[in-house]
Amino acid sequence: MLACASCHGAQGEGTSDVYFPRLAGKPAGYLYNQLVAFRDGRRKYPPMNYLLEFLPDDYLKKMADYFASLRPPFPEPAIPTVSDAILARGESIVKNGDAQRGIPPCASCHGPSFGGMEPAIPGLLGLRASYISAQLGGWRYGTRTAAAPDCMQIVASLLTEDDVKAVAAYLSSRPAPADPSFAPQGSLPMPLACGSEPR
Amino acid sequence: MQRLSTKLILLLALCFAGVTPASAQQNPPANAELLKRGEYLARAGDCIACHTAREGKTFAGGLPMKTPFGTLYTSNITPDPQTGIGTWTSDQFYRMMHDGRFPDGGLVYPAMPFGSYTKVTREDSDAIYAFLRSVPPVKQVNKPHELTFPFNNRSLIIGWRTLFFNEGEFKPDPTKSAEWNRGAYLVEGLGHCGMCHTAINALGGSSESQAFEGGLIPMQYWYAPSLTSNKEAGLGDWSIQEIVDYLRTGVSARGAVYGPMAEVVYNSLQYLNDEDIRAMAVYLKGLAQGSSPDKPPPAIPSAESSLLLSLGKQIYDRDCASCHGATGLGMPPHYPPLAGNQSIQMASAVNAIRMVLNGGYPPGTAGNPMPYGMPPFAQRLSDDEVAAVVTYIRTSWGNRGAPVSARQANELRTATLK
Ligand code: HEC
Ligand code: HEC
Ligand code: HEC
Ligand code: HEC
Ligand code: HEC
Repeated sequence: MLACASCHGAQGEGTSDVYFPRLAGKPAGYLYNQLVAFRDGRRKYPPMNYLLEFLPDDYLKKMADYFASLRPPFPEPAIPTVSDAILARGESIVKNGDAQRGIPPCASCHGPSFGGMEPAIPGLLGLRASYISAQLGGWRYGTRTAAAPDCMQIVASLLTEDDVKAVAAYLSSRPAPADPSFAPQGSLPMPLACGSEPR
Repeated sequence: MQRLSTKLILLLALCFAGVTPASAQQNPPANAELLKRGEYLARAGDCIACHTAREGKTFAGGLPMKTPFGTLYTSNITPDPQTGIGTWTSDQFYRMMHDGRFPDGGLVYPAMPFGSYTKVTREDSDAIYAFLRSVPPVKQVNKPHELTFPFNNRSLIIGWRTLFFNEGEFKPDPTKSAEWNRGAYLVEGLGHCGMCHTAINALGGSSESQAFEGGLIPMQYWYAPSLTSNKEAGLGDWSIQEIVDYLRTGVSARGAVYGPMAEVVYNSLQYLNDEDIRAMAVYLKGLAQGSSPDKPPPAIPSAESSLLLSLGKQIYDRDCASCHGATGLGMPPHYPPLAGNQSIQMASAVNAIRMVLNGGYPPGTAGNPMPYGMPPFAQRLSDDEVAAVVTYIRTSWGNRGAPVSARQANELRTATLK
């Protein structure tokens, strides 16, 4: 995995580049789906698309298992650079959603403490604000797609620029989860069907 | 006994003739062995690589092929009667492979490598045809090509054909072994290796007189080395086993495949049997015989180039030596040697620069399912640093390449990653 370390860190902990995500400890099924999506060009980031182009499923599975099994310490939470009002707006969306505009609570799939759910829903902590907004932007502009039905595409397209900013600021300011384990499969309500997450 | 069963099949076919569509009439049911052979030959021809779009249905086409003249989209070659080639007869299919013509006589763009496939025997063409008729039909209308004027006019292909197309099945050379001839048949014909390994001229043709002399692949910015000269691919110095390993597993004691060659190994060569890969190796080794490597350039480094070299060595020791070894010996087959590696000393430095910028994994193959990879350095090294380290590996440990400039590195930084 040396070829990955220069961007994701030797333990998959991420690097100082705010755009390079942490891999360690995410559900193996989620990581595997991402590797397949990069290889097949469904999720776009040319350097990774290129590296993975001719690697078979079995090998991608081993890479996913490897990074899922690592538990390097989480980074320090970011010190918010936005107003308290924006942070509160972010907290409200992730915990309660916005019923009027049809936005489901993020917690209904990602877990009440945002730890993720087996086998394929990732946790949302330990990510940097710019990475989170880039991913939500990717879904809105079609450079990131997940297996159909792509629930995150629906969720992301309901959010305004301001919502994205608020959500990203709130999530990145949260401390590392005390218990880094995932919710068991099927234990969260999931208001929408997701192609990557069997119910 | 055998004659009897053939007769029986014929009779059966006649009985059904009244109810089957016209196309099936001319094509008696294929047997399992023929289908297997056809599948194998389709692998050797790597039809799947071009005729399957990313995440698309197998053989349904739609893959964009960028050329300097615009984008071509490959065709649906599944047996769907409306959108695929379900109504084609084996004669029409052979004509396409052999002469590059559609059933109505129209001319096919040479991006479909009929210039090589013309060497394929009628028997092999029929086997591929039978196999393609057995794959699941997919209803998917072909995407129209997006070519610029005047290349959108198919009659222009006549000019290309006059210059570059030599119709004709492969003729074995009786002075050579059966193995050599089998290798030549695969490399020159189905393998269409010349499509990349021959210089592409302004008209998009690969010229026969320069067959296998190597060239820069347009739009992809990778250099396919000459297979005829020891100055480039240098296969004359490789053992047969090393060439076999390289072609079939993607790694060898001498170097690993990367870039577009990784696709060829991944989709095609890894599936070929021992005898065929060996035959190709024997033929390729023979091609490269008789020319010897260039003499080393006079070693009088200018002040600048020695500065470049000392910076290059610093970067190499820090970023590369852990895998490729302090003296460039690598840890073959997983980490290829750089000392004595022809692939990085060619006049064209494109491949070495791109390896440093983009890194890469050799393809995962049955013989090497978990290849070791190289990290990309584009985000970590400046143009000057890339130029320095590439100059260092091209000129150290007895390597005889020429130095490269920061400008060359910069130009390839913007080369599109697919
Ligand atoms: C050049 C830097 C670079 C290298 C090398 C690299 N990655 Fe990435 N990786 C990224 C970036 C940037 C992203 C986020 C891309 C995006 O915006 O979607 C990413 C995303 C990922 C993701 C998805 C993470 C998530 O939470 O969704 C996985 C999994 C991953 N990489 C695995 C790997 C593996 C395995 C390797 C080695 C084979 C590797 N990467 C090599 C930069 C890199
Ligand atoms: C219906 C379930 C569901 C809801 C609701 C939901 N998500 Fe997701 N989310 C998913 C799934 C499934 C994935 C994994 C998608 C994939 O495989 O690429 C995901 C992935 C993500 C990722 C990518 C993480 C990474 O490491 O790259 C982010 C960021 C994210 N969700 C944020 C949110 C936010 C913010 C909300 C609330 C506004 C939200 N999600 C609501 C199901 C959901
Ligand atoms: C390097 C890419 C490439 C490879 C390899 C390739 N093809 Fe093609 N093929 C094309 C392109 C491009 C076209 C469209 C040409 C045109 O429109 O003039 C095409 C067209 C065809 C057609 C015409 C179908 C139609 O209705 O338009 C057939 C049949 C065909 N290919 C069969 C094959 C077979 C069989 C193989 C393997 C032995 C193969 N091709 C390998 C690129 C390729
Ligand atoms: C799509 C373009 C393409 C096709 C088709 C192709 N090659 Fe290559 N080949 C390349 C490129 C680019 C390189 C340089 C990269 C490398 O060394 O892996 C290369 C390298 C090689 C080398 C290594 C030379 C050396 O010394 O490093 C050999 C041997 C070779 N090819 C043989 C073949 C054979 C045999 C075929 C046909 C079965 C073939 N190639 C088809 C593009 C291609
Ligand atoms: C983590 C191990 C690793 C490091 C570090 C590394 N490489 Fe590599 N290198 C490889 C592997 C593995 C390949 C084969 C890649 C392929 O086939 O796609 C390779 C291939 C190459 C090639 C192509 C040679 C051939 O015949 O395949 C060149 C040139 C090269 N590396 C140069 C460098 C330089 C220069 C550096 C430092 C800036 C470097 N490498 C750092 C592992 C590494």
